[in-house]
Amino acid sequence: MILDLMIWAPIISGLIILMIGKNYGSLSYSLSIFSSSLVFVISLYALSMYDSSQTGIQFELITSWIERFDINYHLGVDGISFPLILLTTFITPIVLLTSRTSEKSNLHQYLASFLILEGLMIGVFSALDAFLFYVFWEAMLIPMFIIIGIWGGKNRVYATIKFFLYTFLGSVFMLIAIIYLYIQTGSYSIFDFYNIDLSRTEQILIFLAFLFAFAVKIPMWPVHTWLPDAHVEAPTGGSVILAAILLKMGGYGLLRFSLPITPNASSELSMVMVVLSLIAIIYIGMVALSQTDMKKLIAYSSVAHMGFVTLGTFVVFLDHEIASLEIMNLAISGAMIQMISHGLISGALFLCIGVMYDRVHSREIDDYGGVALMMPRFAGLMVFFALANAALPGTSGFVGEVLVILASLKVNFWIALLSGTTLVIGAAYTLWMIKRVIFGDVTNEKINDIQDVSAIELIPLMILAIMVLAMGVYPEPLMNLMYVSINDLSKLVFLGAGI
Amino acid sequence: MMLEYSLIALLSPLFGGIMAAFLGKSFGKNFVNFVTIIGVSISFVLSCIIALEILESSAVINQNIYTWLNIGDQSFHIGLLIDNLTASMMVVVTFVSLMVHVYTIGYMYDDPGYHRFFSYISLFTFSMLSLVMSNNFLQLFFGWEAVGVMSYLLIGFWYTKESAIKANLKAFIVNRVGDLSLILGIGIIFSITGSLDYYAVFSNSQEIAQTELLLTSTLTVSALTAACILLFGGAMGKSAQMPLHVWLPDSMEGPTPISALIHAATMVTAGVFLLARMSPLFELSTTALSFVLIIGATTALFTGILGLIQNDIKRVVAYSTLSQLGYMVAAAGVSAYSASLFHLMTHAFFKALLFLAAGSVIVALHHEQDIRKMGGLKNKLPITYVTSLIGSLALIGFPGFSGFFSKDALIEAIGHADIIGSGFAYASVLIGVFITALYTFRLFFTVFHGALDEHHHDVKESPLSITLPLVLLAIPSVIIAWPTVGPMVFGSYFTTAISQPDAYQIFGYEFTSAYGFLIHAFSSPVIYIALFGVATAYILYIQKPSILHDETYKSSFIYRLLDNKYYFDDLYENVFAKQARNIGDLLWKVGDIKTIDNFIVNGTAYRIGNIANRIKGIQTGYIYHYALMMILGLAIFLAWTILDLGGAS
Repeated sequence: MILDLMIWAPIISGLIILMIGKNYGSLSYSLSIFSSSLVFVISLYALSMYDSSQTGIQFELITSWIERFDINYHLGVDGISFPLILLTTFITPIVLLTSRTSEKSNLHQYLASFLILEGLMIGVFSALDAFLFYVFWEAMLIPMFIIIGIWGGKNRVYATIKFFLYTFLGSVFMLIAIIYLYIQTGSYSIFDFYNIDLSRTEQILIFLAFLFAFAVKIPMWPVHTWLPDAHVEAPTGGSVILAAILLKMGGYGLLRFSLPITPNASSELSMVMVVLSLIAIIYIGMVALSQTDMKKLIAYSSVAHMGFVTLGTFVVFLDHEIASLEIMNLAISGAMIQMISHGLISGALFLCIGVMYDRVHSREIDDYGGVALMMPRFAGLMVFFALANAALPGTSGFVGEVLVILASLKVNFWIALLSGTTLVIGAAYTLWMIKRVIFGDVTNEKINDIQDVSAIELIPLMILAIMVLAMGVYPEPLMNLMYVSINDLSKLVFLGAGI
Repeated sequence: MMLEYSLIALLSPLFGGIMAAFLGKSFGKNFVNFVTIIGVSISFVLSCIIALEILESSAVINQNIYTWLNIGDQSFHIGLLIDNLTASMMVVVTFVSLMVHVYTIGYMYDDPGYHRFFSYISLFTFSMLSLVMSNNFLQLFFGWEAVGVMSYLLIGFWYTKESAIKANLKAFIVNRVGDLSLILGIGIIFSITGSLDYYAVFSNSQEIAQTELLLTSTLTVSALTAACILLFGGAMGKSAQMPLHVWLPDSMEGPTPISALIHAATMVTAGVFLLARMSPLFELSTTALSFVLIIGATTALFTGILGLIQNDIKRVVAYSTLSQLGYMVAAAGVSAYSASLFHLMTHAFFKALLFLAAGSVIVALHHEQDIRKMGGLKNKLPITYVTSLIGSLALIGFPGFSGFFSKDALIEAIGHADIIGSGFAYASVLIGVFITALYTFRLFFTVFHGALDEHHHDVKESPLSITLPLVLLAIPSVIIAWPTVGPMVFGSYFTTAISQPDAYQIFGYEFTSAYGFLIHAFSSPVIYIALFGVATAYILYIQKPSILHDETYKSSFIYRLLDNKYYFDDLYENVFAKQARNIGDLLWKVGDIKTIDNFIVNGTAYRIGNIANRIKGIQTGYIYHYALMMILGLAIFLAWTILDLGGAS
């Protein structure tokens, strides 16, 4: 019930705003914030009801949807999906709160798109029926497509088409895999998929089909090039949701589908996955170094950080002799924490860039310099998030990366060393940007007239900063929420892969 | 009680720093310095109480405060380990920090970032304390990076100054190279012992020693040696050992009080602290020890030489710090951790003193830092002059001063050692003694003696908040070693914390009393070498300065080599940093844009469009074209069926 409410409440309020909001900009703004905050409160209530010591699915809801094809409306959460739902309900009100800092045509449509998107995203994370999952997964593209296509920058048409084709093409393969699995099992339940015996070839083909959908979303090298374009053209709120939540669906998909359905293929192709992850971490890190557009830089940095998610997901399979549940739990925990943390940090950084863009109307690093002189409070926050992005201990950015590095080191020293280079490269591209944007003397006279952040800009950033700090200083509560499910997943996969 | 005291000692600077950061702007300067100084004072007093308590009872506190992360059986904690080593570090850190806080009131009074500065130095103190008070590797890494960040923020404190923000970026990234090494070392330990608690790891050190680390399928190395060398890599970053030393001289772009606090007395000694803390591991690997020794000795000599030709007053002192850190590291390399720590302590006092004295000169001369424009300040700045003299004598190891005891002890230990590299190290540190005396008194004579520059007739001695810390630091610079050298270096003071052979084995010398040690030192060459260095400085900079104005000297290869600091900066900036950017550019433009985007992504779209364009030609719109096609198709279909091309018999 509670999941139902979290999915449909934002969608329905989005539809209401769409219908009545045309002449009531302020009202729809307040309404959108109210309903998204309400969803957040409901998710907190759900958190208080959630029993993290219990294995399996909670808040389960199952009713028949399309009987002819055995498709069910089947929802439920576990320790892997629930944190991502919390991230969604947490980030959405923040995005909506900052939606009025820049002038927008048809504000109510903008707000409604985000609310509908929120419901669909929660749907993706809570769907336990593969077909339902696919419906949410694809439906989510529509509001995002609209957000970038209507409120985006100059080159938005190219970016939206690229975004749409990339992700759509990826999902088609996933649909084929889902239908194949349905034919094999006679059910669309994801859990029924876990229990079937698939031949080696079948596993590999299904793994690749899913991978194509998820790799585009994460995004992994080399299917990542839609992301910088989409970020650059997207309005601030779109970038925040894109970086904070949409990318996580790929990582979530790997954990929910790829590993448990095709454990042997995951294990067999782990070397490929690890190499692609390392390319994402190192190659993309280097690419980020030479960006001149702040949004592109953070977009590339996202790809590099998501490399830790895929590395953590697959590194344990590299060496069957060393592989153990402990290492897998360590690595998967790292991947999960990295996803949540990246959601907070990259979201915050995109908000920061938005704050500056609203004042100077440029994203070019060279147009800035000396922002700290004019906006000291903002500068403090931006430097904080930059340091978190560079994985500073005490911030959430450190936790996920260090767990993945520690797990990798147990498997192979060189992988740990290569992934660890992010400590240097990540610091270099992030802080070099800070040096050129925040510090230094004012060279662009536009900077001389800018005002420090207003309360409505400051509050979301402060909330994010507190979360980033809290998760860095005391990640145990989050871990506690996830551990049982991660452990179950590891056991299931090990059993399946015969390790 | 001790645990509560330690916690308060740890957290009170944090509290002060937060108050200063958030309320400083509205409550004014007096509030800021009051709240931060109270915070650090509490911490200092409690540190002293703890140190005395531990001295009496030799009790050790090892207590987890909370569980940071729990993944099944794998737990990571935040906790405190208070033993002799921690307590001494706490006293040194909080004392120097307190002095610097007081000094800052005068030094930064007119700076618009006053409250920000106080907040940073208090937060730094907290970070440093959490580093030294940790009972596990993870929290060590927390503190390690936290002090690095505070250093980053403080070097770039004047953030509109291009040289400052270049220096702080450089410092952070060079340190991150060390930190990468450190975390890998920690990772190896974790992968073998499954724990990150110091005591749990140290009690399993034999297990690490017996494990081999697989580098390739055939090549293995001892996991212990690898872990120790990687841990030391972290120390090389923070303690600025060659070749990761390049950030420290540039860090002088920050305000002088932090040069004293962070880049002389405390943070840069974290590497030395690490070596001492990890002594149970290092003692099991002579390879790692030799590595430590050689790096330390090289740094001690070669960075000292660079100090000879610097003209910025702070940079001379900075190179001196590099060189002294080299001494401490080299001492740890010959297992003389106690001597190394003892030098750390005395150095903290006299080097902080020298920096603050340099700052006093800089303030008096209205932010002039070039020593070629100084001279004859002896009578204008009497307190600064006397305290500088004390600091300089302590630095060169003049008999009776604190630096004498600490440096002499560690040189003896290096001379007595016989591991690989000890011959080279002994020669280096002996030459280093001469170099130290030469650059120290070059600076001293040039600044305070000679002719007074005519612009400087109106120079006045600095205010009390600046001179008071100078005097308070000068006192321990002279006397601190007399009562402490016996128990700390030769006695059992550190035995609960450090694993090292007994004193006679390290030093080859039976300690009786500090006075006996002083007398004994006259039979070794060290004192005479130092005095020879002072005499040389006197001749070169007072008697016959003309020698150095010789053109052939300035154009010589050696001078250029030194002037370019052995070309390390060029290597890093023009080769590593530049090439990284070029590679990034290349990967972006060729890999992402050209190959993936233009060829594969847009190329596919283009080709599909192209094919569609051609196919489009078929759709002419003329009915007879379509009719023709229909007839042709029908004919082929019929032919197929009639002639049975499908093979359906």
